Amino acid sequence: MSDADLQAIAGRAVDAAVAAGAGDAEAWVERSTERQIRVYEENVESLTDATSAGVGVRAFIDGRVGYAFGTDMSDDGLRAVAEAAHAAAEVADPDDYAGLPDESGSAAVDGLFASELAGWSTEQKIDLAVRIERAARACEGVSQVEDTVYSDGEGAVAIANSRGFADAYEATSSWTYCSAFAGEGGDRMTALGVGIGRHPGQIDPEEVGAEAGRRAAQLVGARQPSSRRCPVVLDTFVAASFIGFIGGMLSADAVQRGRSLFADRLGDEIADPLLRVADDGTDPGGFATGPFDGEGVARRRTPLIEDGRLGSYLYDTRTARRGDTQTTANAERGSYRTLPAVGTSNLVIEAGDAGFEELVSRCGDGLYVTDVAGLHSGVNPVSGTFSVGATGRLISGGELADPVREITIASDLVTMLRGLQAVGSATRWVPFGGSVKAAPLLLGEMSVSGS
Amino acid sequence: MSLLDPELAARAIERALARGGDLGEVYAEARTGFGVALDDGRVERPQSGSGRGVSVRVVAGDATYFGHVDGIGEEELLRVADSVSQAVSGGRPRTIALEAARAVQGHDIGRRPEDVDAATKADVLRRCDERARAAGDAIAQVSASYAENHQRIEVYNSDGVAAADDRTRVRLGVQVVARRNGTVETGHETRGGHAGFELIADNPEQVAAEAARKALTMLDAVDAPTGRMPVVVGNGFGGVLLHEAVGHGLEADAIQKEASIYAGRLGDKLAGDGITAYDDGSKANEWGSDGIDDEGTPTQRTTILENGELTAYLYDLVRARKDGARSTGNGRRESFRHLPVPRMTNTFFGPGEASEEELIAGVERGLYAVSFGGGQVEPATGDFVFGVSEGYLIENGKVTSPVRGATLIGNGVEALAAIDGIASDLSIATGYCGKAGQSVPAGVGQPHVRLRALTVGGTAA
Repeated sequence: MSDADLQAIAGRAVDAAVAAGAGDAEAWVERSTERQIRVYEENVESLTDATSAGVGVRAFIDGRVGYAFGTDMSDDGLRAVAEAAHAAAEVADPDDYAGLPDESGSAAVDGLFASELAGWSTEQKIDLAVRIERAARACEGVSQVEDTVYSDGEGAVAIANSRGFADAYEATSSWTYCSAFAGEGGDRMTALGVGIGRHPGQIDPEEVGAEAGRRAAQLVGARQPSSRRCPVVLDTFVAASFIGFIGGMLSADAVQRGRSLFADRLGDEIADPLLRVADDGTDPGGFATGPFDGEGVARRRTPLIEDGRLGSYLYDTRTARRGDTQTTANAERGSYRTLPAVGTSNLVIEAGDAGFEELVSRCGDGLYVTDVAGLHSGVNPVSGTFSVGATGRLISGGELADPVREITIASDLVTMLRGLQAVGSATRWVPFGGSVKAAPLLLGEMSVSGS
Repeated sequence: MSLLDPELAARAIERALARGGDLGEVYAEARTGFGVALDDGRVERPQSGSGRGVSVRVVAGDATYFGHVDGIGEEELLRVADSVSQAVSGGRPRTIALEAARAVQGHDIGRRPEDVDAATKADVLRRCDERARAAGDAIAQVSASYAENHQRIEVYNSDGVAAADDRTRVRLGVQVVARRNGTVETGHETRGGHAGFELIADNPEQVAAEAARKALTMLDAVDAPTGRMPVVVGNGFGGVLLHEAVGHGLEADAIQKEASIYAGRLGDKLAGDGITAYDDGSKANEWGSDGIDDEGTPTQRTTILENGELTAYLYDLVRARKDGARSTGNGRRESFRHLPVPRMTNTFFGPGEASEEELIAGVERGLYAVSFGGGQVEPATGDFVFGVSEGYLIENGKVTSPVRGATLIGNGVEALAAIDGIASDLSIATGYCGKAGQSVPAGVGQPHVRLRALTVGGTAA
C-alpha cells in the first residue's frame, strides 16, 4: 500500500464514523514490515518476518470520546470500526476539553526514510549480527554472549480527520543490541551494548559488541560495598533512563491530575543551570520523529529545562485547552491499537563540556552507576523521592575502582537535578527512557546503601 | 466456529517445511476486547478493539524461522508460509495430515462480558469511585479501569497437534491518591481472572475500599529503616518476589543458555523442609490460567520446589525437545505476533502451617512487606530489587508504623535459603509479566512468608 492508499483508507474511516453519527472523527492507519534476527554462537537462533496493518478511529460526540481499532480495512471492516468507536463514545462522560486539534499540520522533517535499507540482504544482516556477537566475545573477561539481536522496519502512517486534514509519511529504522556476561557462576555480571540508525550501514557492529563486553567485564568481582553518602556519576544509559522518567513527569496530563512533583513549578529553578533538556519531535536522529504527532499537529522542539529552569510541560490538544495554552505536539501513539496520549517524543540533553575522565576525576570519591533497577517502582512521582537498585563501580581518588552490586541509591529528583555538577560532552541517541539523546552526568551527593 | 480449516493449516505447514525443518506450526488468533476508565469522577477512554492474525513457525535445528500477518485469509497464510520456508535450507519436504482443532476443557465463564452492556461496566467504575471517596476526607483522587478480553486460538503443528482454546479475561483496577498536610500517598488494588463478568459484578466496591485503605494507611508512614533484618512478605502480590527472583530463572531458555543462577541445580536443596512451590496454568479461573498453552500443550501443575528441593524447569516445545524433556505447558505468547517462549502461568508457594500472626510474633525488629510496587531481577545472578509499596515496621513481635520508601535488595538463592516460616493463607494476585518484549497475564501468589534476613534499602538516616 502506498502513502496515498493509506490516506484514502483513513479518509474512508472518517467518513464512516461521521455517517455513524460522530460530530467529529479522526482515523490513524499504519502498515509496517519488520524483520528481526537473533544470533547465538554465530548461528541464527530466530528470524522473524512480520507485516502488520491496522486502523484506529476516534469518534467525538459533543465532548464524548470513544475509540476503536481493527485490522480489516475493507469498507465493511472500516464501517465496523467506525461504528464501534461511535458506540464507545456514547459511554463516556462529556469532556469540555476534548476535540480535534484547532490547527493541524506537518513539519518539514528529512531523513526519516533510508532507501539504503532495501539494499541489505538477509545474509548481510545476519553477518552484521554475528560480527556484533563476535566482537563481544572477543572482549577480555567476557564469558558468554546471551543474546544478540538485529532488527529493522519500514513503515508508513496516515492520518485524516473530519476537519479536512490528511497526511502520511514513511520511515525506516534499524537497531541492535547485545547482552554479554562476564565472570562465572554467582559472580557473573551482565551488560548491554546498543546501536541505532535509519539503516544498518549506520551501525558499527564491532563497537556495539565491544560496548556490551566492556560494560560487563568492568563489573566482574562486584561486591556489596558499605553504605555511604557520596557524589555519583551516571553513565549515558542511566542518565537517559532518569531523564526519560523526568520527561514523563512533565506530561501536562500528569501535572493536571496532580500526579507530578513538577505541578505549579513552571519557571522555577528545578535543576542546576548547567542542565538544558528539550523535547524534539523533529530531530531525524530520534526514532519518535515525524512531521505530525498522534493527532495530526506539526511536530516541533520544546525546551523543557533551560538554564536549570522549568520551561514548559508537554501538551496535546486536550491538556493544552485545559491549561489554556497551545499544544506542544506531544500526542503520542504506541500503535493503531492505542489512543493518543501525552508523552515525550525524543528528549535531548544538551552536551556539556566535560569528558568522561574529567567527570570521574571531579567526582573524587564516589560511585559510577552503569545500571539501575526498579526506576518506575522506586520513584514516588508526587514527592520525587526515590530509592533504586544500582550496579556500577566505586570511584576512588578520581579514578574508577572496585565494581559494586546490590546497592540502592536514594535522593529526590529535584535535589538530584540541582546538585548536578557537570554534563558530559559526548552525547548519543540511546533507547533507554524512551528515545533520548543523552550524556553522562556528574551529580552531587546521594545516599548509597549497601551493607 | 473454527478460525482455520485443518486442510489449509496442513497445506500451510507443508509449504513452510518445503525446504526442511523439524517442526512446522500454524497459529491463528481472533481477539476482541473492551476497556473503559474513570478519572477525576469522569468516565473516559472507552475503547473496543478487534483483530485477527496468523503466524507460521519453522524450527530447524537450533534455529527458529517465524512470520506473521494481520488477517487469517488463505492468501496471506500461504504467503507467510512460503516466506518462512525460504529461510530454511538443506531439508526435505513432507506430507502433513491434521485433524480439526479440538478445544480442551476450558475454564467456566459465568456471564459473557460481551453480553453486558457498556453502561453497566461504566457504572462499576462509578461505584468504585464513590466507595473510595467515602473512605475519608484525605482521599484526593480516584482512578479506576475495567478491561475484558476474549481470545480464541487454534494451533496446528507437524507433530499432529490440532488444539483450540477459548479464553476470556476480566480485570478491575482501582488507584487512590490520599493527601494530608503535604504528604501524598497512593494505594492500588486489582481483581482479575480467567473468568466472566461475575467476577467483577460481585462487590467491586471491595477493590476500591482496599485501594483507599492502603493510601490512607501510608499517610502515617515513617521513613523506612536501612540494613539487614528479618522480613515478612505478605500473601497474594507478595508472591511477585518468587516470580521474579526464582521463577524467571527456572524458565528453560535461561537455563539452556546458562543465563540463570538455577542452571544445573535440579535436585539441590535450595530452601528448607516444608517449602513447596508450583507453577500451575490449570488452576481454575486464575488470571494466568489457560486451557492449553500457545503451542497446544495442555496446561498443568508443575511442582518447582518440593520440600525445598528444586524439582523442575519450565519448558516450551523447543526447549523441551533440546533437553529430551516434555513441555510443561509453559510455551506462551502475547499474540500471534510473538514467538512462544517459556514463561510462568500462575506461580506460587504452597501453604504451610503457621499463621500470619505467628510469623510476625517471631520478629524482634524487622519489616513487614505487604505489597510491592514492582521489581527487577538479573536472572544471571539472581540479584533482585523490589520497591515496597505497602510496608510496616515490626517491633517486638508486633506490626507498628507504616513505612515509606523501602526497597528489598537481595538474591533469589539467598532469599530461598532464608525462608524460615510459611503461613497457610495462600492467595493469588493478578500481574502482567514482561519478557522478550511480550506481556502476558501472570498470576503471582503465596501465603505469608518470613525470611530470616534480607537487605532493606530505606530512606531513614
